[in-house]
Amino acid sequence: MTILAENPIKTVVHPSQVQQKVIASLNRRHRKEAWFRRTGLLAVLISLSLVALLFINIFSKGLPAFWQSAITLEIYFDPQIIKIPAKPEQAADESDNDFRQRYLDWQTQVGFVNFNRLITDSLQKILPDASKHRRDLGRIVTSGERFALRDMVIADPSIIGQTRSLHLLTDANIDVWLKGNIDRSLPDAQQQLSPKMREWIDKLSAEGVIQNRFSLALFMNPDSRSSLASAGLAGAFMGSFYMMLVVILLAVPMGVAAAIYLEEFAPRNKLTDLVEVNINNLAAVPSIVFGLLGASVLIGWFNLPMSAPIVGGLVLSLMTLPTVIIATRSTLKAIPPSIRQAALGLGASKMQAIFHHVLPLAIPGILTGAILGVAQALGETAPLLLIGMKSFVASIPASPFEQASALPVQIYLWQGNELRNFFEARTSAAIIVLLLMMISLNGLAIWLRKKYEKRW
Amino acid sequence: MSNLSLIVVLLVLLALGYQLGMVRSRKVATINADVRMHSRPHHYGMMVGLWAVLPAFFILLLWLWLAPAVINSMMLTQLPADIASQSAEQLRVVSQRINNLASNFGVVADASEWELAAAEHLRQLKANSAIVLTALMAVIAAVGMLISLLKITPRLKARHQVERVVKALLVLCSTVAILTTIGIVLSMVGETLKFFSFIPPSEFFFGTTWNPRFSTVGVGEQGDFGLIPLLSGTVLIAGIAMLVAIPLGLMVAVYLAEYAPLKLRNTAKPVIEVLAGIPTIVYGFFALVTVGPFLRDLGAALGLDINATSALTAGVVMGIMIIPFISSLSDDIITQVPKSMRDGSLGLGATKSETILKVVLPAALPGIVGAILLAVSRAIGETMIVVLAAGNSPALTANPFEAVSTVTVTIVNQLTGDNDFSSPQSLVAFALGLTLFVITLLLNVMALVIVRKYREQYE
Repeated sequence: MTILAENPIKTVVHPSQVQQKVIASLNRRHRKEAWFRRTGLLAVLISLSLVALLFINIFSKGLPAFWQSAITLEIYFDPQIIKIPAKPEQAADESDNDFRQRYLDWQTQVGFVNFNRLITDSLQKILPDASKHRRDLGRIVTSGERFALRDMVIADPSIIGQTRSLHLLTDANIDVWLKGNIDRSLPDAQQQLSPKMREWIDKLSAEGVIQNRFSLALFMNPDSRSSLASAGLAGAFMGSFYMMLVVILLAVPMGVAAAIYLEEFAPRNKLTDLVEVNINNLAAVPSIVFGLLGASVLIGWFNLPMSAPIVGGLVLSLMTLPTVIIATRSTLKAIPPSIRQAALGLGASKMQAIFHHVLPLAIPGILTGAILGVAQALGETAPLLLIGMKSFVASIPASPFEQASALPVQIYLWQGNELRNFFEARTSAAIIVLLLMMISLNGLAIWLRKKYEKRW
Repeated sequence: MSNLSLIVVLLVLLALGYQLGMVRSRKVATINADVRMHSRPHHYGMMVGLWAVLPAFFILLLWLWLAPAVINSMMLTQLPADIASQSAEQLRVVSQRINNLASNFGVVADASEWELAAAEHLRQLKANSAIVLTALMAVIAAVGMLISLLKITPRLKARHQVERVVKALLVLCSTVAILTTIGIVLSMVGETLKFFSFIPPSEFFFGTTWNPRFSTVGVGEQGDFGLIPLLSGTVLIAGIAMLVAIPLGLMVAVYLAEYAPLKLRNTAKPVIEVLAGIPTIVYGFFALVTVGPFLRDLGAALGLDINATSALTAGVVMGIMIIPFISSLSDDIITQVPKSMRDGSLGLGATKSETILKVVLPAALPGIVGAILLAVSRAIGETMIVVLAAGNSPALTANPFEAVSTVTVTIVNQLTGDNDFSSPQSLVAFALGLTLFVITLLLNVMALVIVRKYREQYE
């Protein structure tokens, strides 16, 4: 664009050629401006609606799975079926070990009882034509519930001979059928349930015997393959909990200590420059590489157990460390040098100035960074798959050294389950649990930042 | 005593030493009332505690490191001559069996007489070792505590000693990050070299078929380990992701930085950044059950044959994930461009969009390029989205509607199940990991250098 060179006063009356050009192009340029602006707004709206779409999608899929169809049955604990000796009592001269052995033997005996009979007997009372379809009858209540009955008897044997009204989870396919997650018009061959069962279920559902109830199983049970309807998140939750514990105990103090050294003590030279580049780079290394490190070093060299939360926690700690270091350093950097100088001027040593004066001021910022790091670690999946956490674990881990799953890994395992109609919702429910945990962690971080944020 | 209880005892000792040191220093201070003590009482306390605990702790670490090997070799010398003369490999199996017997962990089928004897011997040795260790630590802790207690005088520079230990601890922590990098490189290079002893590097780097077969097939059936199809899948998906993320992310950054009223900016920015915090497994699930079927149906309506799990599905969803990376990094960079440059351009009569396109963006370009490079490195290393949504079919194709496989997916596939890193089928995961590490390292370093240069320019 050429710029007016002549004296502007001369051109007031008769616009110059350049000015004419500018005036002529103004409309076009303003149109372009408006278009550009609208494109920007559109991009923002698209991004916002993508966030909304993602959340609406997951929540609409997952929320129904928090309620699960359960059947209300009058279970008669028939002494004819439950023939077990009396619950052992510890004798005065019996050692703890012997008693435990005797008690375990007794539990095993209780385990041999056919608790399924109790359920089918009770079903027969409400389904008059049941005796002709015994196979179908056994498939109404999910197979995991017989263990619930067993545990009730173990907890209190005096229940034998009594009748209890219980809510038992139905089979996963019944849940699918009642929630309409399968096409009801499909031919019999493609239906998971036999025609007789479908007839019963619709009847029981209409009578209110089968109802949608809030699913405690989702939260209280570990994963299950034999009884899909009772598969829950408890095992994965504990696994994640142990891992986060390791991360909080390892990555946070170590990261803060490293940041203090690098920011306050380290001399500025080539070496610390290298450390800095290294930390920045480590923060951007793909997470799966940390999984490889865990697989070859922690499991291969140090012989730590596969799929244990302790290994997962160590891997995630190494991954979170750079995040914590970077957050802490930027917090320390933001604290004005006058604080340090005042402390030093009053005769404090450098260590005292930092630990007594700088660090307390930095704590909100450090906590924010640490919480964000933990939230990031909580959602990480890929490295855990490489250290064997992909395996199916049907128990709740009692210590960080036992086999366990983790919430994101559980999501991965559930999405691959063959019973798609049931597990798509259940996976979404697991995602909702994970997202809620992450959102509350992030909310905590934002709240901390807002509350203690200080502008110097 | 078990190692854990030893550590607990050490912590108790630390507290005890701290108390004793404080009491002692106060007493010393009252005796020498005319002299000022060099340090505060808690410094003396801490010093005594550290002297009691640190040497004993080092002994513990040393013991844990060396004792198992020593005990094992002592046990092996007691074995019958015909067993002891076996090869090292067989001896390892023998000692593993005996260890299992001694610890009652693991199943050992029909243990023979001499094995039981050796197990008993081993148990004895271990018990002895624990007793010796406990005694040694007790002596060293007591000596350390006593000497340091006696050393307390007004002139003793206890604070300096304590601060030196704290500083050493800080240095130790800051080396962990370096050790991690070294660990990553060493472990992966080691396993990769093992892999290259099966498959020559040229076949790996330039091979165009990926068909690793299973390790159980036996000798002769080596399989094809060509990197190219995996790399092409990775690049294809990352490319699609960038096509989605760069325009959207940049426009979002420009709009929020230059046009948006403050209120919109303050709400939209954090909401979009929520996308960056969502775990990738959630994106993977979203891609698998929602985006994939949607794209397939869309393709069918348009007469295109789109797989539900394809490079397109994975790329689009990965692009969504990356939008906030590009938008918030670019936003920072755009707001850093000095206001005088905008004022100059506007003063010359340019419209706002002309100012942005011809002045602000060119000035911010290096920083934006850095941000994009970081985003590319993130896309290449992303795992869970592609595991779920890319279809896992390692074919060499440029068609985004087909299923592909990537480097990360293959690492996950090759390295789950067992921890037996001896076949090329599992070792290849490390070669792939190293390739991935090097690629992302180059991208990251490049991005960091560019961004840092850019920062200096305007500071």
